[in-house]
Amino acid sequence: MNRLEVREAITQAHHEEWARVVAALTRRFGDLDIAEEAAAEAFATAVERWPADGVPPNPGAWLTTTANRKAIDRIRRENKRGDKQKEAQTLYDDEPPEPLGAIDDERLRLIFTCCHPALATETRVALTLRMVGGLTVPEIARAFLVQETTMGQRITRAKAKIKAARIPYRVPSTEDLPARVSGVLAVLFLVFNEGYLATGPDTDPVRHDLTAEAIRLTRLVRALMPEDGEVAGLLALMLLTEARRTARVSPSGELVSLDEQDRGAWDAALIAEGHRLVRERLAAGEAPGRYQILAAINAVHTSAREARDTDWSQVVALYDQLVRLDPSPIIVLNRAVAVAELDGPEVALAVVDRLEDRLAGYHAYHATRADLLRRLGRSQKSRAAYDQAIELAGNTAETAYLTRRRDQLA
Amino acid sequence: MQYLVSVIDDGTGLATPTEEADIDAFNDRLRAEGHWVFAGGLGSPDPATVIDNRGDEAVFTDGPFVESKEYLAGFWIIEAADLDVALELAAEGSKSCNRKVEVRPFL
Repeated sequence: MNRLEVREAITQAHHEEWARVVAALTRRFGDLDIAEEAAAEAFATAVERWPADGVPPNPGAWLTTTANRKAIDRIRRENKRGDKQKEAQTLYDDEPPEPLGAIDDERLRLIFTCCHPALATETRVALTLRMVGGLTVPEIARAFLVQETTMGQRITRAKAKIKAARIPYRVPSTEDLPARVSGVLAVLFLVFNEGYLATGPDTDPVRHDLTAEAIRLTRLVRALMPEDGEVAGLLALMLLTEARRTARVSPSGELVSLDEQDRGAWDAALIAEGHRLVRERLAAGEAPGRYQILAAINAVHTSAREARDTDWSQVVALYDQLVRLDPSPIIVLNRAVAVAELDGPEVALAVVDRLEDRLAGYHAYHATRADLLRRLGRSQKSRAAYDQAIELAGNTAETAYLTRRRDQLA
Repeated sequence: MQYLVSVIDDGTGLATPTEEADIDAFNDRLRAEGHWVFAGGLGSPDPATVIDNRGDEAVFTDGPFVESKEYLAGFWIIEAADLDVALELAAEGSKSCNRKVEVRPFL
């Protein structure tokens, strides 16, 4: 095995085994901090040793054993300094140990602990990327445009709170499960969206590293909870969105709207996988949640060979279903975009105008109005709406697109 | 594991008879299920006195140590296996006394 192959083996092991190692150690030592540090040390040892010794036949077992040893070393060191640490090692899990076969559940425990509702949303995101995703603190800091020290403190504080307040390391009860799963999915969707519509004047418009990480973590959650419809829905939604990634931004860095995208550039494999998941959920015959409906809407779009072939009545019907679940103004705004295709821009504009009170600070509200006004030939009003949208938009590709559209007005 | 559940009042004043009855029912549940350690109502912080005896002699200051619209109006100390249990109880406590509550673990 050459150096490149060894490096690939390490990267692969990091992807596949990091969460498993952290989860197993957290279970054993009852301490996220010890687990994280020992896992990081085990991977550092692999980087040092594997090029000379070769990749072990079972990298996961090698990493877990090494990490266990590192953790025990640390505990021994600390115990010499006093018994205070022993107290900290009281397990916050009163259940008897699970049989060995239930090892996957440990990763699920880790995910639910990192996404606990007693932690702030931004903390949940950071902790999940670190503990489950295995991203380093500098990587997470860069992803969310904050100082490394700030991100480090956020994660340290979260681990300290989990320990001090005794946030349990377990999968929630059946009764609490739906709410807690939707909390986990919200974290994953947030990571995806930050990658998909990156904000900030100096960032790339699409951050593939973040969308890819979100998809990878969602795949993991899907593997651990294959029966959950919303997990499947979110994965399908991400895949169908990611499939259009390269077509969505032009070579000059401008956003390309759905109807103008080169559909031949869409990723057929991702679309096929997304469609398969949507069909699977339809066949399940259960009432869909919001991610499943959003995935279905994206499935309709990605089924059309040309933009003009889009089944808009189906899109509007799905939005109607979504509005019943979540009547938030943003959903109503997105529905109006489909209504414009089905019933014309005049009807859609009337719907959009009613949202002014609640969405006046949202760039997409102004961008949608601007487009509808443009189609109705009301150039002056359209220009004013584009101006407002440009002022509020945070994504560089979107700003470029809106500026071109505005400057093309008669 | 013990948690302090602080009741935060922002000027609504003392508990109404309905709130008192709901609090009693909640306290009964805490006792029946083994979560009860202690509880007490405090009312407004107006009658508070701050004492500082770190120096040569004790200094008394009339009034609460911090002036704010929101104040501690009472508390529970509960026994709970973990934060999930504590949060579930605190949520019910908040409903019963009709006020915000804060949960903090004891060391």
